[in-house]
Amino acid sequence: MNKSELVEALAGENGLTYKKAEEIVNLIFDSMAATLSEGGRIEIRGFGSFVVKDYKSYTGRNPKTGEMIEVRPKRLPFFKVGKELRERVNFARRS
Amino acid sequence: MTKADLVENVYLKTGFSKKESAEIVEMVFDLMKTTLERGEKIKIAGFGNFVVKDKSTRRGRNPQTGEEIEISSRRILTFKPSQVLKSSINESDDEG
Repeated sequence: MNKSELVEALAGENGLTYKKAEEIVNLIFDSMAATLSEGGRIEIRGFGSFVVKDYKSYTGRNPKTGEMIEVRPKRLPFFKVGKELRERVNFARRS
Repeated sequence: MTKADLVENVYLKTGFSKKESAEIVEMVFDLMKTTLERGEKIKIAGFGNFVVKDKSTRRGRNPQTGEEIEISSRRILTFKPSQVLKSSINESDDEG
């Protein structure tokens, strides 16, 4: 499922226009991205949480050439799946 | 940020009532959960991909006791952030 399929599904279930549904889906992911860009944390109960982790600078290697390179400090978003969704994803497999 | 903040954003920017905004936000996450439960991935351009992966049985250790245990096969959910999101998180770092 991609974003436009999510928009279509939302429109179908609520009687929203495609345009309204699209506006809402964009608003949700844009505000989540903005929060993470500011280093903020997101917690969606039943779904999961997002945090930004800081990684220090380290010396690594270019895997292709073996050349030593200095990897600059970076921040990466990290998702931790919530209990309800983790169980739903895992248990659905068995049925 | 919690679901309540997302509801507030939808309420302020769309003209829906608070109750409607709450229902719509809930519906978005419900649709995502149902999709992932089916084992289907979700790709959100500009944000990232939620991917369901099957893990086979493996041997592991209880990190506290060192005891060897068998970790059963399972299906897990992973999130791979998009390049756009990773870049925007690191750009704001330069400003701060």
